[in-house]
Amino acid sequence: MYLYPLWVRLWHVLNAVLVIILIITGISMQYTGKHGYILLVGFASAVKWHNIAAVILTFNYIVFVTANVVTGNGRHYRIEKKNFFSDLGKQLLYYSRGMFKGKKHPFPVSLDRKFNPLQKLTYVLTMYVALPLLIISGLGLMFPEVTINKVFGVSGLILTDILHITLGFFISIFLVIHIYTCTLGSKPTSLFRSIITGYHEPDEE
Amino acid sequence: MKPLNFRLFILFAFIALPSVVYGLKREKLSVQDSILYVSPFQDDNERCFKCHGQEKYEYTNESLGKQVKALLCSDRIVNRSEFYSANHKSFSCTDCHSEAYTKFPHPGELRMEMQYNCLDCHGGDEAFAIFSFEEIDAEYQQSVHFRLENEGFTCWKCHNPHSYKISRRNTTNLKETIQYDNNICLNCHSDFSRLQLMTESKEINLMEKHDWLPNQTSHFRSIRCIECHTKTNDSILISHFIVPKEDAIRGCNECHSKNSILMTSLYKFESKENRKDGFLNGIILNESYVIGANRNKYLNIISLSIFSIVILMIIIHILFRILKK
Repeated sequence: MYLYPLWVRLWHVLNAVLVIILIITGISMQYTGKHGYILLVGFASAVKWHNIAAVILTFNYIVFVTANVVTGNGRHYRIEKKNFFSDLGKQLLYYSRGMFKGKKHPFPVSLDRKFNPLQKLTYVLTMYVALPLLIISGLGLMFPEVTINKVFGVSGLILTDILHITLGFFISIFLVIHIYTCTLGSKPTSLFRSIITGYHEPDEE
Repeated sequence: MKPLNFRLFILFAFIALPSVVYGLKREKLSVQDSILYVSPFQDDNERCFKCHGQEKYEYTNESLGKQVKALLCSDRIVNRSEFYSANHKSFSCTDCHSEAYTKFPHPGELRMEMQYNCLDCHGGDEAFAIFSFEEIDAEYQQSVHFRLENEGFTCWKCHNPHSYKISRRNTTNLKETIQYDNNICLNCHSDFSRLQLMTESKEINLMEKHDWLPNQTSHFRSIRCIECHTKTNDSILISHFIVPKEDAIRGCNECHSKNSILMTSLYKFESKENRKDGFLNGIILNESYVIGANRNKYLNIISLSIFSIVILMIIIHILFRILKK
């Protein structure tokens, strides 16, 4: 089943590379040491590459949103209120018990349903809540002169930064879980192959 | 007024009012600063300020029998309000300058009058022990500025005795202190006509020289030149050991780290108890924010815990997948 058109795969691979660069450089900036102790990348390089990756990611995000509207791919991100919690429960139950008992996937992938309810919720929270806030707070840190100096006596920069690193942290957690759940296809590597070739291998034979 | 315009007006008023009130308050404070102090030598000093207090001065040329108006060169002008708010505000002009200056025209040989330096008055005096003048002098003698003594470099080049005031110990506004202290450096280093009195070096563009520094404006507003251009010393508040430009700090990690040098320089004077909130080097947060130096230990613990739980859950899930295969 051809599920992932070329633009989605190109956007996805670029997004993945940029997010990894941003996480590595972000951690490097936050936990940099003084006397030659540098966690991952030197502070100056980390700042440079974090900024470069962030600007590209911002444009890539605009492409993603625009393409979702233009191509109709955005319909996969629409959360239905009907049975929202019960569907989430079914999916969680499948991951925690059903799949070990050989039960069938409650929401098998089809052309009309690319994501299961849990995927849909996490993708919407990541792509339409966390990422825009991350981009806006990142711009505030990239151009500190435009950030509000004080908010109720607290530095506007520290509030912006706490928001930025907290969201960055949750996106890192999302990435870890996302990579792991991608091993839950019919074979551990089949979902990784899908996002490269565009063809989805059926979950159950 | 249309509703939208009215709303914009209200919004503007809300934004502008605090600035206006703050501005008025500051103006009032600075005016008070200069008018509250009444020098015991005010009348004596006024004889000097009459001519030296501004650019234009007047005198009677008795040979010609007429009134002459002329302009003083800028180095001979002493601003009254700056003088009366400076460290030496309680001085009479003739405490440091010859009594012979009270005569006009001033005798020609006074041009060669020896000038005091800081240690002439402050050296070895217990009353000034807190300022560690001897240590400052020892540092100064190792600094690049000391090498220019033959060219006429003295303490006064940075600490104008007519206007200098201690800022770091006395103010709670760090941004003002940073600007005040940086202006001391810029007075020569961004004014080539002054700089060439001391050195043969070519004119430099400080912004270009600091091109490598990201967010230049923020850095120049938030730290002093001496943070990177001096070698800090634990026993004195302000380092006077100006290092050669090749030895200036260029490593971001020196400030942007857990052991930030800012804690031994710019923020040395503040008590670490002033701010905690679980932040490392939290005192910096009262005025600024330094990535890498300001980490929150609670956020670190929470994030590490969440990350560990996620990894643990994944490991358990993998184990179940293997066992139930």
